[in-house]
Amino acid sequence: MSGATHSNDVDQTGATDRTPADRADVCVVGSGPAGALVADRLADAGHDVVVLEAGPRVPPEERLARMERHQRPGYDSAWGMGGDRDAYASSGDVDYPLNNTRVKGVGGTTLHWIGYTPRLHPKDFEMESRYGLARDWPLSYEDVRPYYADAETELGVAGAEDNPFAPPREAEFPMEAFPPSYSDSILGEACEELDIDVHSVPQARNSEAYDGRSECVGYGTCLPVCPSGAKYDASVHVRRAEENGARVIDRVPVQRLEHGADGERVEAAVYATPDGTEHRQEARQFVVACGAIETPRLLLLSRSEQYPDGLANSSGAVGRYLMDHMLYIVSGQVMNPTGQHQVGFSTSVTHQFYDHEEPTPGSFFVGFLNYAGPSPVEVGLEDGRWGDDLPAALGEAYGGHIGTEALVEQLPRADSRVTLDDSQTDDHGNPVPDVHWTVGDHGLATAEKALDVQRDIMAEAGARVGYETPVDRPLSGSHPMGTTRMGTDPAESVVDTRLRTHDLANLSVASSSVFPTGGAMNPTLTIAALSLKAADAIDADL
Amino acid sequence: MTGVLTAVRVALSHGIRASNIYVFCRKSKDLSVACRNYLVMKLTRRDAVAALAVVGIGGGAVAYTQLDGSGDGTGSGADGSGATDGSNDGAGDPDGSDGTDGTVASSALLATSVALADVVYPAEVEGREAFVRTYVSRRIETDDARRTGMADAVATLDARAREHHDAPFRDLSADDGDALLRELGMQSVTPDPEGSALERVRFYLVNELLYALLTSPKGGALVDIENPPGHPGGLDAYQQGPQA
Repeated sequence: MSGATHSNDVDQTGATDRTPADRADVCVVGSGPAGALVADRLADAGHDVVVLEAGPRVPPEERLARMERHQRPGYDSAWGMGGDRDAYASSGDVDYPLNNTRVKGVGGTTLHWIGYTPRLHPKDFEMESRYGLARDWPLSYEDVRPYYADAETELGVAGAEDNPFAPPREAEFPMEAFPPSYSDSILGEACEELDIDVHSVPQARNSEAYDGRSECVGYGTCLPVCPSGAKYDASVHVRRAEENGARVIDRVPVQRLEHGADGERVEAAVYATPDGTEHRQEARQFVVACGAIETPRLLLLSRSEQYPDGLANSSGAVGRYLMDHMLYIVSGQVMNPTGQHQVGFSTSVTHQFYDHEEPTPGSFFVGFLNYAGPSPVEVGLEDGRWGDDLPAALGEAYGGHIGTEALVEQLPRADSRVTLDDSQTDDHGNPVPDVHWTVGDHGLATAEKALDVQRDIMAEAGARVGYETPVDRPLSGSHPMGTTRMGTDPAESVVDTRLRTHDLANLSVASSSVFPTGGAMNPTLTIAALSLKAADAIDADL
Repeated sequence: MTGVLTAVRVALSHGIRASNIYVFCRKSKDLSVACRNYLVMKLTRRDAVAALAVVGIGGGAVAYTQLDGSGDGTGSGADGSGATDGSNDGAGDPDGSDGTDGTVASSALLATSVALADVVYPAEVEGREAFVRTYVSRRIETDDARRTGMADAVATLDARAREHHDAPFRDLSADDGDALLRELGMQSVTPDPEGSALERVRFYLVNELLYALLTSPKGGALVDIENPPGHPGGLDAYQQGPQA
């Protein structure tokens, strides 16, 4: 990717060509990590691939300006989310801040993700058989394990085998882990007193030069912008897919999928260009890779006479079983400076509480923050003091902050779901998604235990707690999952183990939306692993 | 704040020269990195080049070209070699007067920025003029929208300065400049690039200069850190404690 537009999309007048490709083996909807990896693999295998992305291309040279937009008050969000294009409703027990959790652009939400890449544990695939909860995955950890290793290589994961609680692996991480922070040493000592084992954090961030990208140079603004490119984002695989001949068209939100007369195959993706013109992209295979909110929305928008409840929704499961990871932060201050905000990612975590004997409380992990409290830049620009009063303003707000975060498992529930809100429309006149997120008793009981552990660690560290997320008002982990779940029974699931929909023979879904349960681990590595698995299956069909 | 740093600040406030304190601390072998940065808080053009790299200007920025796959994957920080010193300030109006067409000339914009830095930067931060001239001139060199925004903000500031002190802002003493900002209520004005005239002053001038300072290592030293957010200062600082 050399600029705003890939050369094969620009005609002789310099205008971007957003007309459909004459022939496509595969049409991929969405260019986040799932879509990008599928596109890259299939293009590399020699197939004609077209990727349709709702958002714009993001030239690398814009990233410093986006970092500035993030750091300076007075700007809107770094990635321009919001407005009519991204309108939504939130009607659940807990507010769902959808546009804080996603990015529409070439590279998708990995443009702003923080980059953690743990694997799910074997128990996450076996919740029903082990605990009588929810449903088992139709895949085991061993089925996904080789794809995890593949995904770690593709994304470039820095990690260490210092985690006594991690599931079995087959090879070393591609890069060395990032060393712990000074702040980690304070919380680490507390954990040692509490007999809690602490270890490194696997993350798709270069601790050394990797795959032609820089090592991390410490901008400290990983979430939402990594200016150096040391943090993996899916534009890496978009670029590689294009080098392998894939065509990527930006700013073309897909309006609906249209199926053939027999209802067994998708014929075309109908997309809209920025001027509102609609086009049909035909292909032999279609892959919907739009995340766990827009994927079910697109299927629901594609309802037809044959599929009155939405495409691929004969089970009624499309949009249901929405899960997220419940995020709890406990933060405060210790007496001495802790050096926060000198990197934008965590370097120590404990997975000691992840595996459990009894069904409830379930899984969670606790990570240590390297970005607790306000950043000094944020304080200096917002406080309103200047000159010789500035050091005091900074010193009052910044110094001894320290904090922990916990990601907590919730179970899938049919009433936690994404539907269409017909009372509101987006910039193309389509009903917006209504995100109805509920967390349930299992999640709340697990959160209570997580908060207890966090409080114990903070107390042992001598920290005065200044903020604690209320147990019944969790923050979103920004990891929506479950809304087109995988299963073997077409009556209660949407896709099979190949991630192909039960209803349509040439329609696959690559997304966290296929997760039957979500565990408590950050989902992107699992999304990547399943996407590579889906690519293998589609390649075999072409 | 560490005890050493606090003691240093007290000494500075009593008029003891920073260089003398620095020598004393070196002899005492009890000098944190942050104290060292604090005591030698003289901004240079090199600091301006680093600040410019943070906003994507100049050769010192981390090579984002690596993102297009053309790089060898070896990054360099904002203090890397090859950066120009920005000594050409791009000012095309040497007499420092306002433009005759009602716009603010580059030289007036630069002079106002320097005068404003004398107000909004702590007095202990030395070398303000070269830093600000280099930073601002390069910042507006190829960014017409920012140049316009800053020039309009200078015009607003000058108009208010003339009302209150019968002189443009750049001719005010630091004390009068400080008083004017307070009279304007600038401490509680919301920065907004598309807001009211005063909101644009806060955004395009006050916060512009503070952003340049606070994303530099010298700005980080104000809070005892070496690598503030926005500065690509590498991976050592976060691992070090305050007494490293």
